[in-house]
Amino acid sequence: MALLDIEDLEVTFRTSSGQFRAVDGVSLHVDAGEVLAIVGESGSGKSVAMLAVMGLLPWTAQVSARRMAFEGRDLLGLTARERRKIIGKDIAMIFQEPTSSLNPCFTVGFQITEALRTHLGLDHRACQTRAAELLQLVGIPAPEQRLKAFPHQLSGGMNQRVMIAIAIACNPKLLIADEPTTALDVTIQAQILELLVKLQADTGMGLVLITHSMGVVAETARRVSVQYAGQKVEEQTVADLFRDPRHPYTAALLAALPERAVGRRLPSIPGVVPGQFDRPPGCLFAPRCALATPLCHTTPPPRREGALCHYPLHDGIAQGHPGRKETAA
Amino acid sequence: MPSDLTATAAPAPPGPLRAFWRAFRGNRGAVMGLVVVSLIFFVAIFASVLAPHDPLEQFRGFSKLPPFWVKGSDPRFLLGTDAVGRDMLSRLMYGARVSLFIGLAVMVVSMLAGVALGLAAAFFGGLVDVLIIRVMDLIMAIPSLVLAILIIAIIGPNLTNTIVAVTIVGLPRYVRLVRASALAELTKDYVTAAKVSGVRKFRLMTVTVLPNCLAPLIVQAALGLSDAILEAAGLGFLGLGAQPPTPEWGAMLADTRDLMISHPWVMAFPGLAILTTVLAINLMGDGLRDALDPRLRRS
Amino acid sequence: MFRFLLKRLALTIPTFIALMFITFVMIRLVPGDPIEVRKGERGISPERLAQLRHEMGLDQPVWKQFLDYANGLLHGDFGTSIISKAPVLHEFLTLFPATLELTLSAMIFAIVLGIPAGVIAASRRGGVYDQTLMGLALTGYSMPIFWWGLILILLMSNTLGLTPVSGRVDLIKFYYEPVTGFMLIDSLLSGQKGAFLDAVHHLILPMIVLGTVPLAVIARMTRSSMLEVLEEDYVRTARAKGLSWARVVGIHALRNALIPVVTVIGLQVGGLLAGAVLTETIFSWPGVGKWLIESINRRDYPALQGGIMLIAGIVIVVNLLVDMLYGLINPRIRHAK
Repeated sequence: MALLDIEDLEVTFRTSSGQFRAVDGVSLHVDAGEVLAIVGESGSGKSVAMLAVMGLLPWTAQVSARRMAFEGRDLLGLTARERRKIIGKDIAMIFQEPTSSLNPCFTVGFQITEALRTHLGLDHRACQTRAAELLQLVGIPAPEQRLKAFPHQLSGGMNQRVMIAIAIACNPKLLIADEPTTALDVTIQAQILELLVKLQADTGMGLVLITHSMGVVAETARRVSVQYAGQKVEEQTVADLFRDPRHPYTAALLAALPERAVGRRLPSIPGVVPGQFDRPPGCLFAPRCALATPLCHTTPPPRREGALCHYPLHDGIAQGHPGRKETAA
Repeated sequence: MPSDLTATAAPAPPGPLRAFWRAFRGNRGAVMGLVVVSLIFFVAIFASVLAPHDPLEQFRGFSKLPPFWVKGSDPRFLLGTDAVGRDMLSRLMYGARVSLFIGLAVMVVSMLAGVALGLAAAFFGGLVDVLIIRVMDLIMAIPSLVLAILIIAIIGPNLTNTIVAVTIVGLPRYVRLVRASALAELTKDYVTAAKVSGVRKFRLMTVTVLPNCLAPLIVQAALGLSDAILEAAGLGFLGLGAQPPTPEWGAMLADTRDLMISHPWVMAFPGLAILTTVLAINLMGDGLRDALDPRLRRS
Repeated sequence: MFRFLLKRLALTIPTFIALMFITFVMIRLVPGDPIEVRKGERGISPERLAQLRHEMGLDQPVWKQFLDYANGLLHGDFGTSIISKAPVLHEFLTLFPATLELTLSAMIFAIVLGIPAGVIAASRRGGVYDQTLMGLALTGYSMPIFWWGLILILLMSNTLGLTPVSGRVDLIKFYYEPVTGFMLIDSLLSGQKGAFLDAVHHLILPMIVLGTVPLAVIARMTRSSMLEVLEEDYVRTARAKGLSWARVVGIHALRNALIPVVTVIGLQVGGLLAGAVLTETIFSWPGVGKWLIESINRRDYPALQGGIMLIAGIVIVVNLLVDMLYGLINPRIRHAK
């Protein structure tokens, strides 16, 4: 049984100028002990989908799904109280901006022990010991003193370690990391990723890693799901994806990696992810796709060979494409 | 890129004015406030046409009449008469004129002076800034009504002096607001760009920066209008504002204490008029703020 | 923190000097000095007038008068009331407890009701509670309190007979020497039966009247501050821990939301003292507000001058205290150098 199983998730935001669909029919599953990466540009709805799992979306959001289950329990059917018993205990999440994600008015110690007291009912002394232990575990030196520190007294990297300590405090079965390294310095990024992967391997928890960086995916995940404009466009194992991307968007993302660049100029994908007001009627990627045909512009694509595309690539060749072009990258 | 396709596929994002109006219209309270304020303005402007009587005329033998729904009322005096037989409705209508005039005058003068002083403080900095801010701090250190009373005590109680006193008392908020938003704007890149391209200081102040400080200033102006009306009414109540027999709402309340028990409506109406006017303006001001603040607009 | 305070303290000195200067100059500008007023009195000789002028120092050059005034202030001499011949400071201090009692209770009334109202409104955003509470708050904010006082007197005192109309305690039934100047405390100390309840009864209406505007301001500020804080990342983190809604709102959000509310509460002190002028006038409350208005009517310059200096001083000191409190509840400021 999958740890997390989502089918056809839709999230819609009510805005003053109408409805905005941020997540559009996303399905995915995570098994225990597995690392799944979700990749996409900003605005692709990858964070929103995971916030929906956590039940953390603002009140303007409407969530619906054919199935959204954790360990076989339907999350959407739970009452708020029942759900809170799972959230923070069995499923934990860390966020992009470590410094603003920690409450500036409380000490690091308070914020770690809070989760322990709520879910495990530990007494004060046990909480303190465990909190110090957790800080040690996430690689913070002199943990006893750090417990008394306020978030603004620590660096961004330190704060992200604190966030991880809070998240793993109750030994979660699933950890969702939402762009955990994006806001950090490059040198710190690698350390935090390494820490996450090590913790995952040691505890055997499932890890969902949301990122926009293919580099991060290559280093950490086993399976990867590529999202674009709220839709899952492709899902493969990391090795297969890097060797043979099926969706032109994935191919373009990979081609934009400096390590894989062939020519003298680094290729980029023209344009931006469509927003509320410029959503195309056909394939959402069509306006930016080098292989787009009139069919792509008018008709939503089918899911073929694991990719949401009219002409999925195979070894760089667009299958069934009228122009029979090589990949545009 | 086939942009023609994407353009037709989805509704175009609304323009800023339309977005503002849409947000404002969506706020029922604000629209209600706007309607009431317009109505009061209408009454104030056309008071001489609408009022059934001269507000100062004393009808002997008709004093202390109750409003029309109470027994013993006179149909010629819909809202009754005051202690000396003046028509309440007419006095309230002319009172709207007085109160709105005071409020608007204070608002306009405060805006002009506030923008001038605030921009000067932000742009020249140094001694000018320190001087302006110190003086404003000083004004703020004295409770508003106490300072207004002090000013009135010196220059004497009348309508014009009420405006002067209330303006001085309310000025710091305008100055500080303009200064703060101008300082915030000055750090932004477009100002640097303008500076680099050689825009002169005065033009930079007025044409480049000022329009970007307007949104909070408009909100402040709306709230300043209601504050000014309240403050002026308070002075009138203390006998330090508009002098009798001017039909000023606050002053109309001042000598109703003795009548309060036997003829409560003489006291009720002027206060109700102040409350309604101020509440309507504040409702409108809140709507303006919510509509102009893009952070709150989304929800 | 300490240096920050010292700096703030130093900044108030020029304000005080300017305040001294301005009150002094302004009062000199008042038309009709008290001697002129006395000219009308029958049987007062020109010699007596000159003598009076000399006694008050009004025959000295203006700059000398100012220096004398400033020197006096530094030694705690705020001048002598022309009418009562008592030192202004003494008169002020006799009356101030009444004002303090009124403003403090109004402030407590406003805080105790305002913060929960704002929190409830924010956590039920857009709902019936939110709309009702905020409608009431805006009405309170728009209220001409002098009229509100009259209406409450009409309803509570005359129609329902629940509360007395004026004063601080029923002087016919109870008499005792003021000890602290606070009627609530003095009435308890006096040991007279019913005195405390009577004092409370007298206090209720003025407290509500004076507390209405701050109550509205605090409720509105708490709500908007809460709404802003509820959007913060750390609130999301708190929710991600699976904490109860009450804990997320009441501990994580409220603690941060209170920071601007405390500032607003501090800023209300000036407004409270201004409102006290009106409230005390309506309820014949023997405090400094009423005294100030009477001083104007009597053209008692030194009383007005000293009174305004003292009130401004109080406002400045309170704002300083609020800054300190601000540091206490906001760790980011506490640790700044």
